[in-house]
Amino acid sequence: MERFITEDIMSTETEEKELVIKDSEPLLSKRRKKLVTDPLVDDNPITIQVLGICSALAVTTQMQPTLVMALSVIFVIVMSNLTISLLRNTIPTRVRIIVQLAVVATLVTLVNEVLKAFAYDMYKELSVFVGLIITNCIVMGRLEAFALGNKPYDSILDGFGSALGYSWIILTVAFFRELWGSGSLFGIPIFDGISSLFGEDFQLATNGLMVSPVGAFIILGLLIWVQRTKTGYVEH
Amino acid sequence: MQQSNGYIITFSIILTVVLGLLLSGTAEVLKPIQKKAEELDTKKQILGAVISSDEIGEMKPEEVNTYYEERIASKVVNIEGEEVEEQDGATVTAESVDIERNYKKAPEDRLYPVFIYHEEGSEDDIIAYIFPVYGSGLWDSIWGYLALKTDLATIEGVTFSHAGETPGLGARITSPDVQERFKEKAVYDDEGNLVSVKMQKGEGKDYSGDPHKVDGLSGATITAQGVNNMLSNYLEHYQSFIKKEKGGNPELAALK
Repeated sequence: MERFITEDIMSTETEEKELVIKDSEPLLSKRRKKLVTDPLVDDNPITIQVLGICSALAVTTQMQPTLVMALSVIFVIVMSNLTISLLRNTIPTRVRIIVQLAVVATLVTLVNEVLKAFAYDMYKELSVFVGLIITNCIVMGRLEAFALGNKPYDSILDGFGSALGYSWIILTVAFFRELWGSGSLFGIPIFDGISSLFGEDFQLATNGLMVSPVGAFIILGLLIWVQRTKTGYVEH
Repeated sequence: MQQSNGYIITFSIILTVVLGLLLSGTAEVLKPIQKKAEELDTKKQILGAVISSDEIGEMKPEEVNTYYEERIASKVVNIEGEEVEEQDGATVTAESVDIERNYKKAPEDRLYPVFIYHEEGSEDDIIAYIFPVYGSGLWDSIWGYLALKTDLATIEGVTFSHAGETPGLGARITSPDVQERFKEKAVYDDEGNLVSVKMQKGEGKDYSGDPHKVDGLSGATITAQGVNNMLSNYLEHYQSFIKKEKGGNPELAALK
C-alpha cells in the first residue's frame, strides 16, 4: 500500500504543480472544469491510476453500501483537500505526511461517528471499510499532489473530481455485482420480477462469483478494457 | 523550505489539540444518539428471532420500541438458573448486559439474559424464550439470538450476526433463508438429553426428517461449526434455567 502511495505521488506531482493560477479567473473556468472532469475518465483514480482498489473490491457487492461509501469518500477527499490547502503555507515540510494523515484520519473518524449515530445499519455493514478510507491512496495522493500546492477553491474542485471518478466506477461495479450476484438493485429484487414475467418455470440464475471479490476484479478489468479501448490509453 | 524544530513541534501540538478537541466534541455530542441506535439494533436482533426480518424492516424505530416494550419481558439469570437482580451493587437489566464482555469471563461468572416473548398485555402468556448466544466464526466473533418455544425444546427461530465473516460464504448466516432452516428443529433427543442442533457439512440436502441436523453452508464449514458450538455452548449454560422453568410448569414436567 505504502509503495503505491509514494509511486503515485512521484508520478503525478511534477505535472500538476505546474498549473499556473491567474487572478480573477471565472468560478468555473475551462481549467477549473478540467480539474473536475479529468479524473472522471482520462485520469480516473481507479481505472487509470489503479488506486483505491481495496475498497472497490470490498464494498461493491451491493449498491446501497457502495453509495454510502462513495459519499463518504467524496466528503473526506473534498474536506481534507480544503483543509490541507488552507494550511499549505504553514505545514512544516518535514512532517507533512503525518499532518495529512492526521487530518484524513480525523475526517474519516467523523464520518464513522456520524454513520454510527444516524445510519447504524450502514455503519454495521461497512464496518471496517469506512475506517480504511484513511489508507485509500486516492486521498493522500490528492493531498500530496495537489492540495499542498494549490489554492483552496481549486483544491476542492480537484478533490471533488477525483472522488467522483472513484464513485462512478465503484457504483458501476456495484451495479453489475448486485444485479448479477444477488439479482437485485438497492435491495429491490429485479431478477424475480423479470422471471415472473415469463411464467413459473422460468428462473433467472444469479452468479455466486459476483458476490466474491473475484467478481469485482472481473468487472473492473472489463471496465478498464472498455475504457482504454475508447480512450486509446496505454501504460508507459 | 526548512522550518525549525521548535516550529514543527508547536505546529504538531496545536494540530493535535485542535483535531483532538474536534473529535472528542463530536463523540460527546453524538454519544446519546449512537446509544439509541445501538439499543434499537439490539432490540431488532432480539425480535428477529421471533418475527420475520421483513416485518421488522417495515417497522419505524418508534414502532420497534413500542412493540418491544409490549411484547418482550426480560430477566437475568446466572449459570445456576437463579434470577440475578443486582451485581456489584448495581441493578442489572437484561438489556444492559454486554454479552461480548460476559463471553470473556468464565461461564460460571457470566450473566445470562433471558428475553420472554409474550402476548400483548400479559406476561404469563409466553410464546417463546429468547436466549442470546455468542461465539467465534472463522475470522471474528459471531453472535445471535435463539428462540425456543414454550416447551423449551423446539426452536421457534434464530437470528445471527457476525463481525467479519466472508461475504457470500460465512456471512450468509445473517440471511433469512439460512436462519429459516433452524425453525422447528429440536434441541433434546427422545430421552431428554441435550443434543443441540448441528449444521452439516455441504449444502442442499434435505434434513427435514432429522430434528437435530440443519442444512450446512457450502464453502463456510468453519463458520457453520462456529454456529454449532455457539448454540450448544449456550444451551448448556442455560440448562439450569431451562430445567427450572420446566419444573415450574407442571405440564412440561409431566411431559418429561
